[in-house]
Amino acid sequence: MALSNGFIRKYGVIFGLLGIIIFFAIESPNYFFTTSNFILISKQSSINILLALGQMFVILTAGIDLSDGAIAGLVGAVAAGVTVATGNLFFGLVAGLGVGIGFGIVNGIIVAFAKVPAFIATLATMSAITGITLIYTQGEPIWNLPSSFDFIGQGNLLDIPFSIILMALSFVVVWIILERTKYGRHVYAVGGNIKASRAAGVKISSVLISVYAISGLLAAIAGIILASRLGTAEPSAGSGYELDAIAAVVLGGTSLFGGEGWVVGTIIGGYIIAVLNNGMTIMNISSYYQEVVKGLVILLAVMMTSFGKKYWNE
Amino acid sequence: MTEILKISGIDKSFSGVTVLKNINFSIQKGEVHAIVGENGAGKSTLMKIIAGELEPDGGKIYLNGTEVKFHSPIDAIHAGISLIHQEFSLVPQLTVYENIFLGRELSKKFFKIDFIDKKAMKKSALEVLKTFGILNIPVDSRVRDLSVADKQLTEIAKALSMNSRILIMDEPTAALTLRETELLFSILKNLKAQGVTIIFISHRLEEIFEIADVVTVLRNGELVGTKKIDEVTMEEVVSMMVGKSMKSRFPEKPIREISNEKMLEIKNLSSDAFKNVNFILRKGEILGIAGLVGCGNMQLGESIFGLRDFKGDVYLEGKHINISEPTDAIKKGIFLVPEDRHDLGLVLQRSVKENHALPNLDLFSEFGFVMQKKEKQSVRASISYLNTKVSSMNQKVDNLSGGNQQKVVLGKWLVRSPKILILDEPTRGIDIGAKYEIYKFMYDQALKGVSIIFISSELAEVLSLSDRILVMSEGRITRELDPKNTSQEDILKFAVKGKES
Ligand SMILES: Nc1ncnc2c1ncn2[C@@H]1O[C@H](COP(=O)(O)OP(=O)(O)OP(=O)(O)O)[C@@H](O)[C@H]1O
Ligand SMILES: [Mg+2]
Repeated sequence: MALSNGFIRKYGVIFGLLGIIIFFAIESPNYFFTTSNFILISKQSSINILLALGQMFVILTAGIDLSDGAIAGLVGAVAAGVTVATGNLFFGLVAGLGVGIGFGIVNGIIVAFAKVPAFIATLATMSAITGITLIYTQGEPIWNLPSSFDFIGQGNLLDIPFSIILMALSFVVVWIILERTKYGRHVYAVGGNIKASRAAGVKISSVLISVYAISGLLAAIAGIILASRLGTAEPSAGSGYELDAIAAVVLGGTSLFGGEGWVVGTIIGGYIIAVLNNGMTIMNISSYYQEVVKGLVILLAVMMTSFGKKYWNE
Repeated sequence: MTEILKISGIDKSFSGVTVLKNINFSIQKGEVHAIVGENGAGKSTLMKIIAGELEPDGGKIYLNGTEVKFHSPIDAIHAGISLIHQEFSLVPQLTVYENIFLGRELSKKFFKIDFIDKKAMKKSALEVLKTFGILNIPVDSRVRDLSVADKQLTEIAKALSMNSRILIMDEPTAALTLRETELLFSILKNLKAQGVTIIFISHRLEEIFEIADVVTVLRNGELVGTKKIDEVTMEEVVSMMVGKSMKSRFPEKPIREISNEKMLEIKNLSSDAFKNVNFILRKGEILGIAGLVGCGNMQLGESIFGLRDFKGDVYLEGKHINISEPTDAIKKGIFLVPEDRHDLGLVLQRSVKENHALPNLDLFSEFGFVMQKKEKQSVRASISYLNTKVSSMNQKVDNLSGGNQQKVVLGKWLVRSPKILILDEPTRGIDIGAKYEIYKFMYDQALKGVSIIFISSELAEVLSLSDRILVMSEGRITRELDPKNTSQEDILKFAVKGKES
């Protein structure tokens, strides 16, 4: 097989990631190019990748979830609050995950039944959820979390950070769902052509509601890791995280028009963002400039994939 | 006659798969030149190359004796070559005249500022239409409200207003009814008389023999030959296309007794597209529903399948059933092959395999997991049954030729054992060899006791295949006909009846 659109799309991101790694490795062989730094990068990327995996389900259906950062923030607060109040981690986690899935379902219902465009629907819920977090926390961080809570974001299992294990597990499960199950096929199909999917007997509303629920669930896991890593649930936690998640998905080659995407690509997209953040910090580039560089890299990558697509489609 | 276009040694491949090999032929000024060939033979690809949408890997194109190299459709349009696709490139929200002048709006100055001059645009649109004898288009209407035929004429007018001297039409008649085709042909004859050269693709050989002067046949990306139309017979063209002779266009109708058992009974079905429809479909019967475009037969089919809202009662094997979604219909064994494959039939950016599997995942999966082996077997079976030309089952449907896309749509339903098959224009854009296979498939199914609702505007096939024909006009059934003693004219008579009264 000669080069094709899929090839460029898939391997373009891989080469992009390798290029960035090589650049930083040359610039900073002693700090950047070390095992411990790669573990650190993985740990740093885990929250964004979890959000991105959920975001990917939604984007595959030609939607978008602007509320997943806000959900992560609220879930962190609820999980921490309930754990502290009941003294029981299990109750805290169940409450947190429930809240995440619950708001995901709310998003899905608004999109599927009220037929509000996803951008508007989740923009509205993002704002509402941010408000609910502030009301719930009274604007104050939640302290005094038990050490069992801290383990999720800070602990190691067999020398591997637990948050990385959670991320890897989520990746495997998401890959299996999207690539190997009937449900995954439905997600791709609905995003590609909603009318043809309906005519093929796919239940459109269940697919739409479930992708937002999955996004809510993964945002909840991310939110718990975040609170646990900081050792406190900040009322403003998670705000703006949706943008990095969307960037990771798009960098990974998932089409914003729905119907096309690659799970491994999303992971690589997440790593590109994490490596950039990490490498630039090591190189002492001010965080103001970091944002600018990140923006340019995302733009460049997306332009390259769409140029590649046009060119190789011939 | 003078040679206007010469195609010399054109090669083209996609991702290593050769689609056109060393194509050589020439086109004379003012002729209607038909291009024919099986699905996937490379016709559309060749036309896209001539019109600058694709660049060839090798070979040359000469226009009026000088070599031309087009890098975009604009280059070709400037050189006087326009390609009209089967999928139109009109803007539905704009009016006919706005579409004709899209991107070249006429303007008038007002205090040194350019303003769009609608009046002038309308006037000169009318002029173009008049010059070329295209009379019945409402220039003020929005394109979305036009019939397919009028959209086509708008595309033609747009091309002519850009001074196109070579008009390429890729399957222009596929979605037209007989009358509309006749109207189109009279306009094409008019254009020809004015020196416009027309290149024309169609799978309907009668049309080619009616309108074309010359026919070029492609097979598997190779040129088989170019012939003057009065020097060949239809049989010869067919054997050039398929590489062997074909005795008949239609398989022999199996002799069978259709039982009186009612499979489907429709009582007082009404919606905004049809009124008070009543009919009975028997077990193993092929029931043709004929009518002009817009008569409501397509909406009727989609309603029975649960895609549209309707009022009235549906009985399946004597039992009243409720169908509000396609899932309900599929569960009960009622399947639809829709008319518009891009709108309802396919997920274009997904593969042949995934499209085939989509309505059949319940059969191919266990505990929610897709059984890859089972799935692949089924795809392979349906590809070979319909002789679908794909480079692999993982090829994106978007990259298939039009006819092969249609075969994927049909192939999806081959897997299941239906009770009722609603086939809406199932042979649109399909080559004659594959049509034959589809007709055979319909007979096979009918013999197995499957009841078929056969919606088609190709009257010859309705007449040949149906056991009974219902004619619809303006949303009502105007007549039931017995195909044994019915002609195409009879059907047309009842198809326009509602319109005239
Ligand atoms: N963009 C593409 N990428 C890969 N293959 C392609 C692409 N476009 C066309 N093909 C392949 O080229 C072959 C010729 O296609 P083409 O559309 O020219 O056929 P055609 O003769 O017009 O057929 P039909 O009668 O079905 O319209 C087909 O096998 C098709 O799969
Ligand atoms: Mg074609």
